[in-house]
Amino acid sequence: MTVQVANAAPATAAKSGPGFWRRAWRHRGLMIGLTIVAVVVAIAILAPFLTGKDPYYQDLLKRLKPPVWGGGSWDNPLGTDNLGRDYLTRLLYGSRISLLIGIAAALVAGLIGTVLGITAGYFGGRIDLAVTFLISVRLSMPVVLAALAVVSLIGGSLVVVIAVIGFLNWDRFAVVMRSATLQVRDLDYVTAARSVGCSNTRILLTEILPNIASQLIVVATLEMAHAILLEAALSFLGLGVKPPLPSWGLMVAEGKNHLLFEPWLVAIPGSALFLLLLAINLVGDGVRDVTAPDGR
Amino acid sequence: MGGYLAKRALLALAVAVTVSLVNFTMVLLSGDIAVSIAGPTATYEQLERIRRDLGLDQPIVVQYLRWLGNAVRGDFGDSLFYRTPVADLILERLPVTLTLGISAIVFTILVAIPLGVVAALRPNSWIDRAALSLAVAGQAMPSFWFGLMLIVLFSVMFPILPPSGAESWEYFIMPTVVLGYSAMPAVMRLTRSGMIEVLTSDYIRTAYAKGLRHFKVLFKHALRNAVIPVVSLAAVQFGYMLAGSIIVESIFALHGTGFLAWEAMKTADLPVVQAILFVFSLFYIVLTFLSDMLNAWLDPRIRIG
Repeated sequence: MTVQVANAAPATAAKSGPGFWRRAWRHRGLMIGLTIVAVVVAIAILAPFLTGKDPYYQDLLKRLKPPVWGGGSWDNPLGTDNLGRDYLTRLLYGSRISLLIGIAAALVAGLIGTVLGITAGYFGGRIDLAVTFLISVRLSMPVVLAALAVVSLIGGSLVVVIAVIGFLNWDRFAVVMRSATLQVRDLDYVTAARSVGCSNTRILLTEILPNIASQLIVVATLEMAHAILLEAALSFLGLGVKPPLPSWGLMVAEGKNHLLFEPWLVAIPGSALFLLLLAINLVGDGVRDVTAPDGR
Repeated sequence: MGGYLAKRALLALAVAVTVSLVNFTMVLLSGDIAVSIAGPTATYEQLERIRRDLGLDQPIVVQYLRWLGNAVRGDFGDSLFYRTPVADLILERLPVTLTLGISAIVFTILVAIPLGVVAALRPNSWIDRAALSLAVAGQAMPSFWFGLMLIVLFSVMFPILPPSGAESWEYFIMPTVVLGYSAMPAVMRLTRSGMIEVLTSDYIRTAYAKGLRHFKVLFKHALRNAVIPVVSLAAVQFGYMLAGSIIVESIFALHGTGFLAWEAMKTADLPVVQAILFVFSLFYIVLTFLSDMLNAWLDPRIRIG
């Protein structure tokens, strides 16, 4: 019992500063997540240096070679796909697509959602009613279906996929930013800024935004994972980014036809996707635990 | 209660109309019905004639109002691919999707709520950690990949379950698990945090102080209150599941509404895509409305406050 009390005391202390970093360092999930994300980012940046091969180079004489543990050679450590392309190379380059989509879509969605949420929470009244209505409209649209419909009809490309996911996934940003703004807008330092004569824009940017930033980071990581998952699902259904791009979702789809005899074609890119999503989720959960210990 | 009900119903109606307008416009602007009908080799004159015949040259608002007027009477036009009424196609496929959705939400509730309660009773114990790990993994699991891995495991390596089709209940086991697992993390976490909060509240202490039995306190006093927010979450998740069935149905070749949507998207069958988006949005709106009503009935503070 005493141990619990001792643990709880520093948790209620300052939100950032040395306590924040110490708690972050001790949070095992956060550290594991950050490490994996850092490795994937490094792979995405350094892909050309990690493999000497071209992810699009086809060698039809070397089709469907098994990975090393299945009796393959070190020439193609993870084997080759049905067009004889080196699977490891495609996997490494695929991380670029996932990260790009995750970051770009979360940026688009974050911009829309944050602007809507903060204005609604800060000004209240009719603006709040209008934004709340917009949020319920957005929530009533089935994301997977709507995204699939639009992307398939326009035709899948990286830009279209990013735009569609970004424009559909701002709801959680808006909901969280609105309630976070509601919590801080009547605090003393905001009232003080207002009484000194600061403009609304300045109060929003310098008083409100920095104080709800930690919640913004949490939503941003979770939405990044969501966007990556959506792109993979879209591409898996053949309605997202187009071949020959080495999207992990697309690789799973291409491997699906060989499920019976070459299950590793599906297992490998799927595991990579699962690992990346797991890591991003761990980071998001970790940041939430560390910044708001009682908000689990 | 009457006033609250009327207000919520009106709001739900307004949301439904707006959503249908957004869906309609979105699909209309993304595709070109005339090209879908006439094919890519059609001449400019042919396309123009089709557009004029179908009223596609009119303003979007006019087109939308005509579509909505027909839609509320159950007429969604004809499928461009099957050449049969869209409403018949959807009604024919809906039972499979509803069976899948209902069995998945039942699976979610049966696993997530007991797990959440047990985890809340012993925070930080091994069972709490196991439940939390299951939830974290579930959040990160791409359902299409999970489905394929289950097929490899239970249809290829240990052939005990059929990989695709919808002939009997065995065909629904893997799809149910895949779809149900996607909703489990949220329900489990909410049950757990709700139970932890309720268990530390004053009235639970009072109930114990009165000398009530552990199980009675747990189920009659604690769970009943903790489960209120879980009800609305489950309704929301059920709505998501129906829409998310497109992925699961495509993997297991279950010919439900999701599969129909997938086919329609690949063939640019706009009337079908539009109708399915509308129907699933409507499902979601009705579900959240019903859960709001249920919540107001369970918790008087909501309908008065």
